[in-house]
Amino acid sequence: MNSFAFFGALETGFIFALVALAVFISFRILDFPDLTVDGSFPLGAAVAASMIVAGFNPFTATICACLAGAAAGSVTAWLNVKLKILHLLASILTMIALYSINLRIMDGPNKALLGVDTLLSPLDNISAVPYYIAYPIAFGLFTAFILALVIWFLQSEIGLAMRATGANPRMARANGVNTSRMVILGMAISNALVALAGALFAQSQGSADVTMGVGVIVIGLASVIGGEALLSTRTLLKWALACVFGSVLYRMVIALALNGEMFGLKAQDLNLITAVLVTLAIVAPTLKAKTKAKLNTVLNSKTKQAQE
Amino acid sequence: MSIRFSTFALFLLTIFSAGATVHAAPAQKYVAITQIVEHPALDAVRKGVKDVLSEAGWNEGENLKWDYQSAQGATATASQIAKKFAGDNPDVIVAIATPSAQAAVASARNSNIVFSAVTDPVGAKLVKAWDQPSKNVTGVSDLTPIDLHLAFIKEVMPEAKSLGVIYNPGEANSVSLIKLVKQYGPTHGLKIIEAVSPKSADVQTAARSLLGKVDVIYLPTDNTVISAMEGIIKISEKAKIPVFAGDTDSVKRGAVAALGFNYYEVGRQTGVVVKTILNGKSPKDIPVQGIEKTELFVNPKAALRMGLTLNADIISRAKEVIE
Repeated sequence: MNSFAFFGALETGFIFALVALAVFISFRILDFPDLTVDGSFPLGAAVAASMIVAGFNPFTATICACLAGAAAGSVTAWLNVKLKILHLLASILTMIALYSINLRIMDGPNKALLGVDTLLSPLDNISAVPYYIAYPIAFGLFTAFILALVIWFLQSEIGLAMRATGANPRMARANGVNTSRMVILGMAISNALVALAGALFAQSQGSADVTMGVGVIVIGLASVIGGEALLSTRTLLKWALACVFGSVLYRMVIALALNGEMFGLKAQDLNLITAVLVTLAIVAPTLKAKTKAKLNTVLNSKTKQAQE
Repeated sequence: MSIRFSTFALFLLTIFSAGATVHAAPAQKYVAITQIVEHPALDAVRKGVKDVLSEAGWNEGENLKWDYQSAQGATATASQIAKKFAGDNPDVIVAIATPSAQAAVASARNSNIVFSAVTDPVGAKLVKAWDQPSKNVTGVSDLTPIDLHLAFIKEVMPEAKSLGVIYNPGEANSVSLIKLVKQYGPTHGLKIIEAVSPKSADVQTAARSLLGKVDVIYLPTDNTVISAMEGIIKISEKAKIPVFAGDTDSVKRGAVAALGFNYYEVGRQTGVVVKTILNGKSPKDIPVQGIEKTELFVNPKAALRMGLTLNADIISRAKEVIE
């Protein structure tokens, strides 16, 4: 892995950490399996790219992308809580609808941002740090900021009500929490984060494309579950940090897998290698603990035998 | 003993490699290729590039390092591949299809990049204009070669003055093709008359509106129109107005002729660009190319039904003659 690949993996990892945090909110906090993500990621990218190309300030464009994502999340939640459509199906409906909507927004399948001023343009001309290092630093700081916001929110009164809604909706209702409203709010926040990630990713890689949402939910889930397996989830902060870590790890694994040719692997094997490496990364600590425990028992019994 | 042996081996190796540099053709080169997804057309492009390089004396594993990566459909992976290549610093990065090309241009700012199978390189902001490649980026577009199509129509029917086009204004691809038809029409002495068909059901009405106004009809690769092209053929056979198509499949369905292309040839054309850069030319001196090599499909019987006799010369040039 060369330094470009390493910093690139960090950069992409930090951007997708926002998706991981979003998935953390929907799947873990609200217990709402949300596939809207595959549509709201390119939605954020499409809104931001189209507005920037149309001459809007990149900052305004990114904010609008978040709002669009929030709207998409609210629609999914509304379909679920008001129209009583199963959560999975509701999110799939929004996701497929967003495909057409994204095509409308971009007036085509692709909107290029190469050579256009974006939020990241100021980073291109820092003399002290080359752009490929400046990007991941900026995204790292930004992700840390968003993470702090999410933690602060989840510990606020509304945040606590939201956590109660996910943990035990009946109990929450009994305590006067409007659970429908909480689901809508949570889904709006979650998808706003996803759209934000999409908007930032489009600006970092030079274009928004209608296909860029494919598999984003899988990546988000893998990051959350991978992070949970590797780090402690005992406090909210640790849990959220684990999600960010999982996302960066996932990108590092891909960067490693891209060097598969040294082991006689081919480009077509990439997804398989990624899957195997992620599995290994997740299982390794447990395996280590188990073998250690086994060794200990064996050793203990041996010492016992020796004592006898 | 062993030291002496290894010195001897090193000595031999030096001699052999020195001999190799004298006799074998080009020096070691490194070509990295990024492709958004596995797809027959895109794979054919890649094969075309590789074949041209191997004909020029660069063979993988010998004097060519060939690093092929596919993003398997994931844009984020395409971006990571581009960054890996930026760090590996190959002699040329070949980027196949728009998303991979955009990722390469965004990330590998100091590498030579040759894109391929990109329909609209200017719209995708890969280059400023076709004749204005940027300092490190050029390539080959797979845009339908409208100019060649119109030239061919004019060759078959030198007396034609006005050309009718039928398309759906809701299809972005068709709109950009029609723009090109209108741009190139006058240079071939053709007046362009448009007939729009927003739905397949409107195709016949659109065709009728052209009767008496045009000498020949051209159908761009428009999904709406092509799906209902039999309706157009019926009308034009009665009115004796020849119909030419933009895609070769339509020739089997009754159009007079079409100039198609295949992606392997697009790849070969890309390979030539890569070769030129490996030989030391800068991308900024190589204009972006459109499709140069086409394949002619003709349907002489359909032509006769529309009152047009295709001469033997044209039929002999055809890759396929539909009976």
